[in-house]
Amino acid sequence: MSNNGHLSGSFYFNGDIACAEGAISAGCRFFAGYPITPATEIAERMSERLPEIGGVYIQMEDELASMAAILGAAWGGKKSMTSTSGPGFSLMMENLGLGYMTETPCVVVNVQRAGPSTGLPTLVAQADMMQARWGAHGCYSAIALCPSSPQEMYDYTIKAFNLSEKYRVPVLLMADEAVGHMSEKVTITPPEKLKLVTRRKPTVSPDKFNPYQPDADLVPPMANAGEGYGFHVTGLTHDERGYPVMTPQAQEKLVRRLVDKIDKNRDDIIEVEEWDTDDAEVVVVSYGISARIVRYAVELARKEGIKAGMLKLITVWPFAESTIKRLAPRLKSFIVVEINAGQIVLEVERCAAGQTKTVLLPGMGGAVHHPDVILEAIRKAAK
Amino acid sequence: MTIEIANTKVIDQYIRQDRMPHIWCPGCGIGTVLHALIRSLVKGGYDMDKVAMVSGIGCTARAAGYVKMDSFHTTHGRALPFATGLKLANPDLKVILFSGDGDLVSIGGNHFIHAARRNMDITVICVNNFNYGMTGGQMGPTTPTGARTSTSRSGNYEPSFSIPALAAASGAVYVARWTCLHLRQLENSISEALTRKGFSLVEAISPCPTVYGRLNKQPTGLDQMKYYQTASSVENGADPMKVGIELNGKITCGKFVDIERPSYLEMAGFDKETR
Amino acid sequence: MNYWRKPLDRDKVKPGDFEVHILKDRCKGCRFCIDFCPRQVLRDSDDLNTKGYRPAAADPAKQCINCGFCVIVCPEFAVSVAMRLEKEPNV
Repeated sequence: MSNNGHLSGSFYFNGDIACAEGAISAGCRFFAGYPITPATEIAERMSERLPEIGGVYIQMEDELASMAAILGAAWGGKKSMTSTSGPGFSLMMENLGLGYMTETPCVVVNVQRAGPSTGLPTLVAQADMMQARWGAHGCYSAIALCPSSPQEMYDYTIKAFNLSEKYRVPVLLMADEAVGHMSEKVTITPPEKLKLVTRRKPTVSPDKFNPYQPDADLVPPMANAGEGYGFHVTGLTHDERGYPVMTPQAQEKLVRRLVDKIDKNRDDIIEVEEWDTDDAEVVVVSYGISARIVRYAVELARKEGIKAGMLKLITVWPFAESTIKRLAPRLKSFIVVEINAGQIVLEVERCAAGQTKTVLLPGMGGAVHHPDVILEAIRKAAK
Repeated sequence: MTIEIANTKVIDQYIRQDRMPHIWCPGCGIGTVLHALIRSLVKGGYDMDKVAMVSGIGCTARAAGYVKMDSFHTTHGRALPFATGLKLANPDLKVILFSGDGDLVSIGGNHFIHAARRNMDITVICVNNFNYGMTGGQMGPTTPTGARTSTSRSGNYEPSFSIPALAAASGAVYVARWTCLHLRQLENSISEALTRKGFSLVEAISPCPTVYGRLNKQPTGLDQMKYYQTASSVENGADPMKVGIELNGKITCGKFVDIERPSYLEMAGFDKETR
Repeated sequence: MNYWRKPLDRDKVKPGDFEVHILKDRCKGCRFCIDFCPRQVLRDSDDLNTKGYRPAAADPAKQCINCGFCVIVCPEFAVSVAMRLEKEPNV
């Protein structure tokens, strides 16, 4: 281990532990959490690792508090993270909204399990995808990433921190129970090869500093508490000075910017993987653990001579509109595979805009799709 | 003949002049309590760049927007966990929580008892006006039994919380209560609380004439202040379990708890290593 | 003021000459300062301020002793006390 707490080499890690190590590689030095299956291992790992590298682990009284604490820690100058699963994610929505409104960089990991309510605590689902986009009340744009292996848990946790610092927004890592609990080889990126984004600091003196005066990319520089800027932060609609302003004009200006700073930078944010889409007649869209099964099914279909391809969404939010729009006109069909009753399929359908069919392969949770089911759907769609 | 400023307007350096006048009603005591806090900070010689105020939601919570320091107006009840994160991320900060009674012990009740249990290094100033003022005077956990509010028109039949009892039972190392009339004592108590390691709480009973007093035979702030004048007694060291406040009844003021036990920062080893 | 006994240094100590200043437009007329002033220096003003409240005003005939209670009880941060200093005219 090097002195900044970085592991080196390759390890046999489960997804949760890979996520914790990704956070540490990214420079996360504050973790507040509350035990919940199947995300507990992240908290356990952080409780062990953070104190030895000068970070802070605190176990809060509930997820409401965990979310609030990581926002506070972010303003105290630390990169901060919490992890949870469905029930805790629901509790975090209130302060997640505060994070969007106050533009606080932080990372929230949701290792999804089957719901609603307590549901199947130990079994997989991908049913919180719409909650990730719309869960907090009010208008905002969210960033959510979906890893589909322990290695991706590591890599995309780092990416989540980078996006959160760059765009000053809470970033959601929407993992699932299967990815969280599967163990595979995880290669730790050496510190010298890590590309980490550091917080954009104010360039003006405290008397001229307006905490919500954005730069050209719509993101304002951020001062931390205790640096002498004497700023005010509020969850109320506010102006550039951070002062509450109760007018529709101020609301329009602020919320428009909160939405635009993500949407107008979507080309920079969005990451997808395409396989065999160049000549494909059927493209299967998936993400997270489901994408791995889809990959196998698509390979089987290709062996049968079916022109099948695959689109794996790594960034689920903001949604990869342009990719869907580009593919739609030349396809016989999209097939969307997800472990819920149909969430991302709505986005695919919207962007396909009637130019091709969109078929949903839903799953209510508890198990991943069988490759045969997907293969059968590809065969049918290719006819 | 010239005029020289003697003792005042010190406060103007520490409040955001461009946000005055504040939103609080005539006769409300929140401004008075905020003034006491700022005097304590000034008297204690704190570097205001290293002081941060955190608040939740409600009339009292608006104070965070009026002070010239790093200040955070967060979500309802969640000010304490936010402050916990802030303090742990930067232990050099003096973190002050300025909160109303409903914010602190109703929606934030769970966070309150756990912050006190952990002995988190935060000073809490709780302005208790016995009701939810900002939403128009609904009953809350501190509303005395029998009090009329907009959601207990014929009198509140629930028993009420005594904030000092709750704080002391949960493990706070410093607990005091004063009213908006006991201003020198309030200032001294806040000064003491600021120096204590761990979780300190100062409760300040404040008038809320507009939505609470009017329904409870104290229609002006002055009426409520006069009630404090006649009904309060100072009993330093009183058992915090026995200082509950009944409707228009006796108000026991004083310093109830001043003990030492390891604070969260000490127990977590923050003093030993650089974080 | 009538003392039941006179302080020994009464002749030497000269109380300062204080006056209470009120930011008229910040006052919301709660009357805390008026009612709790130990020397009854403050009273209701004759006029209304721009917000329509009747602010407190100092009675110049009364002697302020600079106890400062009006300053600290004011929820509006509107009251201050200033000391008048006699200054030798320039010769």
